[in-house]
Amino acid sequence: MSALIVQSLYKIFGSRADEAVRRLADGKPRAEALAGLPATAAVIDANFEVRPGEIFVVMGLSGSGKSTLIRMLNGLLHPTRGSVRVDGVELTTLKPAALRKLRREKISMVFQHFALMPHRTVLENAGYALEVAGLPKAERRERAMDALRMVGLTEWADNLPHDLSGGMRQRVGLARALAAGTEILLMDEAFSALDPLIRREIQDQLLELQAELGKTIIFITHDLNEAMRLGDRIAVMRDGRIVQIGTAEEILTDPANDYVAQFVADVDRTRILTAASVMEKPQQVLDVNAGPRVAAKALRESQTSVVYVTGPMKKFLGTVTEDEVLRALREGRPHLDGYVSTERVRTVTADTSVADLFGDCAESQHPVAVLDERDRLIGVIPRITLLTALAAAAPDEPAQDQDQDQVELVGTKGEPA
Amino acid sequence: MSLTQSPLDSWLPRVPLGAWTEAAVDWATASLGPFFDGVATAVEALVRPLNDLLTGVPAVVVVLVLAGLGWWLRGWKFALGTAVGLGLVAGMPYWEETMSTLAQVLVASTLALLMAIPLGVLVAENKRASAVARPVLDLMQTMPAFVYLIPAIFFFGIGTVPGVLATLVFSMPPGVRLTELGLRQVDKEIVQAAESFGAPPWMVLLRTKLPLALPTIMTGVNQVIMLALSMVVIAGMVGAGGLGDVIMFALSQVEVGSGFEGGIAVVILAVVLDRLTDSAGDRFPSARAQRLARQAA
Repeated sequence: MSALIVQSLYKIFGSRADEAVRRLADGKPRAEALAGLPATAAVIDANFEVRPGEIFVVMGLSGSGKSTLIRMLNGLLHPTRGSVRVDGVELTTLKPAALRKLRREKISMVFQHFALMPHRTVLENAGYALEVAGLPKAERRERAMDALRMVGLTEWADNLPHDLSGGMRQRVGLARALAAGTEILLMDEAFSALDPLIRREIQDQLLELQAELGKTIIFITHDLNEAMRLGDRIAVMRDGRIVQIGTAEEILTDPANDYVAQFVADVDRTRILTAASVMEKPQQVLDVNAGPRVAAKALRESQTSVVYVTGPMKKFLGTVTEDEVLRALREGRPHLDGYVSTERVRTVTADTSVADLFGDCAESQHPVAVLDERDRLIGVIPRITLLTALAAAAPDEPAQDQDQDQVELVGTKGEPA
Repeated sequence: MSLTQSPLDSWLPRVPLGAWTEAAVDWATASLGPFFDGVATAVEALVRPLNDLLTGVPAVVVVLVLAGLGWWLRGWKFALGTAVGLGLVAGMPYWEETMSTLAQVLVASTLALLMAIPLGVLVAENKRASAVARPVLDLMQTMPAFVYLIPAIFFFGIGTVPGVLATLVFSMPPGVRLTELGLRQVDKEIVQAAESFGAPPWMVLLRTKLPLALPTIMTGVNQVIMLALSMVVIAGMVGAGGLGDVIMFALSQVEVGSGFEGGIAVVILAVVLDRLTDSAGDRFPSARAQRLARQAA
């Protein structure tokens, strides 16, 4: 079952909301549909499901409605139309008391500007949800301490938030949400107020914590690189609508429309694309028991100079070159065993990022072999393929800076009209 | 009414607002008499003992207590200033009047705050209440201070009680306004954070909004006390006693000397009360935390 299901969700500010929803329903852009109406549409017909344990990123520029959307997921804003189901419970029709109970038990939130209470210590802030839930002080302290330990801030427990740096404050914000012990975490531009290096660090920390805790996280951001780095799946929002939902790779390689394509044009693809997404089918794969004659025929037919050899269970063994095949023929051997070499080929796993392929490609005499988790050969990457993938990644730039993955889209592209 | 009214204006209807007001006050005096008597007794019961206490103990004791308070809240320099200033007042012939003014100010502003702060909370939380309260507060603040004295005399006669009650009405608005402002200024995200963890409204108000609004509310407290002090002097016109009496008498007799003495006593009292209440706000942890946050930003 999905942790969270959103169906046909609308949020209209202003009056005559029903009329606005009716006009928007057929998919017209909001500026056109709402012309002359005293209403603005923040979220239009949002539909998605979030699976338990995944990081679901909602990405869009400011004004795209993503902050409004996330606030409807815990009822801070009441939707104009549509349904939000958290763990099977319909949230839109809950009475205030039941809604508060749901927030306490199911869903907590991390805020862009941390939203810590300046008059409470770090520990009191971290234990806020438990205080609301009415837990006894000792237990509150213990659980808040546990949460602070997870984010590495125990020695700051008795300080005021003011004593902490921005990154540390947001870790308190994260600890506060973790201490609540809810399955679902909403993160509203949680790292956007931090400078790039700190942001990178706290992203790593979140991924580490996530690997351990397996929360369901809905993460809002305007930073595509952050979205790609964190998101198991990404929803791209524009002008109130979700225009595409998919994995980072799907969005990069198959953008739903020009807007998404333009959006992703600046991203450092070498970090997102994996070996699996650029690899090609190996031309010649032979079993180690095949004879040299078969190998020679294969080489002649494909006009290549190397054969990839697999063993029992299709396990990759190495390569045999033209010269070796000829030698085997001269020596009259019945099969290729003994001529297979691993010296001229490098192997990588399917999920290796393209950025990490350069070294292997450079050092591998033959196209790099891509193996799956059981060491079976699933593809090869010739150097030219890697270069072509890069060229597609950076159409206008002669050189791709590998360290640009913190460049913010907003800063470089500006607002779309 | 002007006799030289232009014919162009002759169609304007006469609005006997004054007559209506008189009728309303007459009606209130006649039918709400017991209520006003009760209020008068209650106010009297608050002012009298405090007045007796402040005028009863030796001046030195009062000076030392206030200076000590100043030391605790602001440091030795302010304590010294308080001692010198109040010592000067004690050296003039109007110490008793000064203390009776202080008693009236304390009672009037305490009562004003007891009403103003809850009212401020109400108008901050409720848009409709705010829409109703705004013009009423405007009226209370801009109505010339003397005008309050007239119905006060009707309802309560001459003396301390009408003075204190007129002062209460006059000094209340900034208490309401600054409470409302302080609550509205609390960082929305922090309020949302409290709500997002399922805190009920009363908890958000008491443990998040009010502590964070406290510095602004304390400014309101300070303003209420200052306005009360200025009004209490005007209330001398209805025989409220204290420094107001001294100043009114000096005015009617054109006595520069006693007028200045009374005036200086008011000024010194005002400065001491202002600085004391101003720094009282800083003693709350939330105020300290916010000041630190502002310095850092």
